Amino acid sequence: MREDIDEMSKLQKSLAQGRFTITGEIGPPKGVDLSKCLEEAAYIKDRVVAINVTDNQSSVMRVGSLGVCARLVQERIEPIFQITCRDRNRLAIQSDILSAYTLGIRNILALTGDHTSMGDHPGSKPVFDLDSVSLLMTLSTLKSGKDLAGQELEEAPVDIFSGAVVTPGCEPLEPQIIKMERKVEVGAKFFQTQAFYDPRVFERFANQASKFCVPILAGIVIIKSVGMARYMNENVPGVFVPDTIVKRLAEAPKELRAKTSIAIMAELIREIKPMCQGLHIMAMGWEKYVPELLDACGL
Amino acid sequence: MIVSVPKPMDEILESLSETQRVFIVACGGCPVGCKSGGEARIEQLAKALSESGRQVTGSANIDFLCDKALVGTRLGYYVAELKEAQAVLVVSCGVGVQATAHMIDLPVVPGNNTLFSQGMQGLWPSQERCAGCGDCILDLTGGICPITMCSKSLLNGMCGGQHDGKCEVESDRDCGWYLIYNRLKELGKLDNLKKAPRLRDFRKLDVPDHERGTTRWALEKPVVYQAPDLVSTK
Repeated sequence: MREDIDEMSKLQKSLAQGRFTITGEIGPPKGVDLSKCLEEAAYIKDRVVAINVTDNQSSVMRVGSLGVCARLVQERIEPIFQITCRDRNRLAIQSDILSAYTLGIRNILALTGDHTSMGDHPGSKPVFDLDSVSLLMTLSTLKSGKDLAGQELEEAPVDIFSGAVVTPGCEPLEPQIIKMERKVEVGAKFFQTQAFYDPRVFERFANQASKFCVPILAGIVIIKSVGMARYMNENVPGVFVPDTIVKRLAEAPKELRAKTSIAIMAELIREIKPMCQGLHIMAMGWEKYVPELLDACGL
Repeated sequence: MIVSVPKPMDEILESLSETQRVFIVACGGCPVGCKSGGEARIEQLAKALSESGRQVTGSANIDFLCDKALVGTRLGYYVAELKEAQAVLVVSCGVGVQATAHMIDLPVVPGNNTLFSQGMQGLWPSQERCAGCGDCILDLTGGICPITMCSKSLLNGMCGGQHDGKCEVESDRDCGWYLIYNRLKELGKLDNLKKAPRLRDFRKLDVPDHERGTTRWALEKPVVYQAPDLVSTK
């Protein structure tokens, strides 16, 4: 791995320097008008080190992550290029990684991706030629100057900074930890987690994950409403919103709902802050509240 | 006929690298026609295993290993030899390996790669168990196939879609990797989950014409399946 700090992405540098590091996330639109997603990025850009761009999130076809990441680079906002293995085989993925590098993108987050049947093109072919582990291995292979077929690259993308995801609330936790270990072994240099709402869930996870000595950015999804809490409990694997939170949201008067949400998330962040190296905030349309949330946490 | 071919012997020995005492189970059905099973293959494997310094505790040639109930009954005659063994080397199609794994509490090691089944799922037809990927890894996965049991056919472990042991695509469908995790835990083989990442070689799905022969093809094609000679034992 390159040690030259000047060549590092801002994200890599921040983590290398041991700073508490905050990342954000935006989702590209279904259609070619990027103004809304760039506006979301603008709300958070001064409070985060880098911004993830999702890759056909939930298997719903949209503008690509690569395109929006390139646009963020133009806007002088550092992107984290999310790559899933659902839509492309190993030729296309490696090619996109190299393309991204030529466009100035350095941070890449490797995910397996939701199944195609979960999205808006349910009849399309689920590719999964690679998966999150073999994708991370692919990134390391490319960094070393070769492709997956063993062919030499003319110039290696040496400054790629690879990350991965992990679900702290996964039951059972053991296979998550084993997979996390494999991801570290094949080149994951940072982790962003799935959302969680119980600090004890994160503590149990952090106690097991700390042995890998890889920075972990705790995933924060702002719960906007009772309906969203229920949806997550029913539909998002490994995520559980406790009744106490649902009750507080339900009892808050309408005009105070956003304030209540922010207060709940701020309490969670303050509790888990000593157990992680940063936060990954997924505001899902509530980007304008992120500065307020971070202010409330003194971050 | 389900076509299966012998794995190279060094690959089999690699799968048995931590195993000294081996019991061999061979299928006396389709693999006999492919020269990848039956008594002749048992003899050849027993010789190779002995030469590698391993002990063969016993062997069984069972007609149609894909008949799970038959496998259970017939292996019942070999309890003493199976207790002596640390793993069972199975030469059959992937269905037979899985049926054997289902009936015993020992790690199984596939000795064949299954190339082609033309939809035939053997005599354990309750679900699709072998996709004929041509690169069997059932030794690493506790005898449960990730290609057929995982909706994404992932090779490197459970994805984030697992919840309560079920798959994200269907609420009552088992997560294949959850089953594999539990099975490996029972076998004390969780370290298998930490093995180097695997990539599929999709060329192995593209089976040469002369290996695609089934009894039905034989009616329409001049080419019928011709098994190669048994691989050399060295």
